Amino acid sequence: MIEFQMPSLGADMEDGTLVAWKKKPGDFVSRGDIIAEVETQKGLIEIEVFDQGILGELLIKEGTKVAVGTVMALIREKSEIDVEKEVIELQPIEEKVAFEISPKITEERKQKITPLARRIAVENNIDFSKIIGTGEDGAITKEDIEKAQTLKYQHFKIGNGEEKFAKKEILIKKEIIESATESIRMAVAAAMSKSNKEIPHYYIEKKIDMSKALKWLQEANKNRTVKERLLPASLLIKATALALVEFPDLNATWNNGLQLKKEINIGFVVSLRTGGIIVPAIHQANTKTIDEIMAALNDIIPRARALKLRSSELSDSTITITNIGEGGAETVFGVIYPPQVAIIGFGSSIELPFAENGMLGIRTVIKVTLAGDHRATDGLIGSRFLSSINKYLLNPELL
Amino acid sequence: MKEDELKKTIYQMLKEIAPDTEPLNLKDEENIQETLYIDSYDALQFIVALDERLGVEIPEQDYGKVKSIKDLISYLKTKIKIT
Repeated sequence: MIEFQMPSLGADMEDGTLVAWKKKPGDFVSRGDIIAEVETQKGLIEIEVFDQGILGELLIKEGTKVAVGTVMALIREKSEIDVEKEVIELQPIEEKVAFEISPKITEERKQKITPLARRIAVENNIDFSKIIGTGEDGAITKEDIEKAQTLKYQHFKIGNGEEKFAKKEILIKKEIIESATESIRMAVAAAMSKSNKEIPHYYIEKKIDMSKALKWLQEANKNRTVKERLLPASLLIKATALALVEFPDLNATWNNGLQLKKEINIGFVVSLRTGGIIVPAIHQANTKTIDEIMAALNDIIPRARALKLRSSELSDSTITITNIGEGGAETVFGVIYPPQVAIIGFGSSIELPFAENGMLGIRTVIKVTLAGDHRATDGLIGSRFLSSINKYLLNPELL
Repeated sequence: MKEDELKKTIYQMLKEIAPDTEPLNLKDEENIQETLYIDSYDALQFIVALDERLGVEIPEQDYGKVKSIKDLISYLKTKIKIT
């Protein structure tokens, strides 16, 4: 039996609330399948499974908050299944699985409900077993839950004008956003405090002439539809990933010693409009084309903002990039996300007088910084690494 | 399309991209991106939305011509019929 545990989605995560099981006992699961939805400080996360087998007992009820590392379900490995084949034939899996959850909950599971509606119901302690859904196939929708919430609320408050319904709905939505914003704030606070307490940072900076890279980008975008257009961020990510291949000491974690990481998974800082940040990973960015990186950004940015990411996207980053973008601050010095050992900061692009080979011209420049963990690397490595990023951005055809 | 309808559509698109802001308070001459704190990613989504809803594909070299509501409307007037 393999134990499926509540995963840690970052150094700052202590627990999570199981919102919904996405697989049922008897289902075959393989690596990468989404097995559950868990509410964390970073939003509603789809949890992936890393083993292959048949899902057995579900040990945790939906709606329960459990600590990181808690065994949530058991997965039977293929070898075990082969050995027990005869038994399985005699005893269908569905019957064999011992449910620890009450019959009432089992009934609830049969009731169709959209993930968003389930989340709102769990957050607001609404028993949705009695609600009649108005969605497709009788599924309970967000609107049904909000209506139930409004009715619940009205036991306490007199008056049922349409306007009040609408106001209450807006209020509920606002409360959900506010509670998510607050928990993200706390998650950022915990991670950054830990970083500041434990990691001796060093900082270095380099000016990069972006003229060639931006010209290359402009040419590339001419032949693309609006939807396929590339943003400068995709070039910055690829250049960083390629430079990391040359400087693996920066693509690592520090845990009583330096542990190099095989994959280069770039954590890309996404700012939330309501405050706070989320850092989803772009997996193996060094092996991706610029178009693939842009596609990854188009996929993860909206999901990060909607607080709907997968567990691997939150926990797999091996290094972080923060990118100020247009019109903002010229330089950004990052705070390392532990246990990583480096964060790269790209400032906004600016026009500057730029001297090269004794000639002065106006160039579009980006200031790139590295905040490095001095336990892991020294400024010299950091400096060579920034020069390598510079090399790739000066020769965009290499990207 | 009438100009006030067009303006309404633009405000709607901006509200979808930056839901916590009030695009209606945006002055015609103000820089849209800076005033509503729209980052480069969302700015591209706005350009995509203009293409999808109005059928106007704004080339990258024209981004500078659509920075305010006033400029954007004048630009769109050269591409679609506005009464």
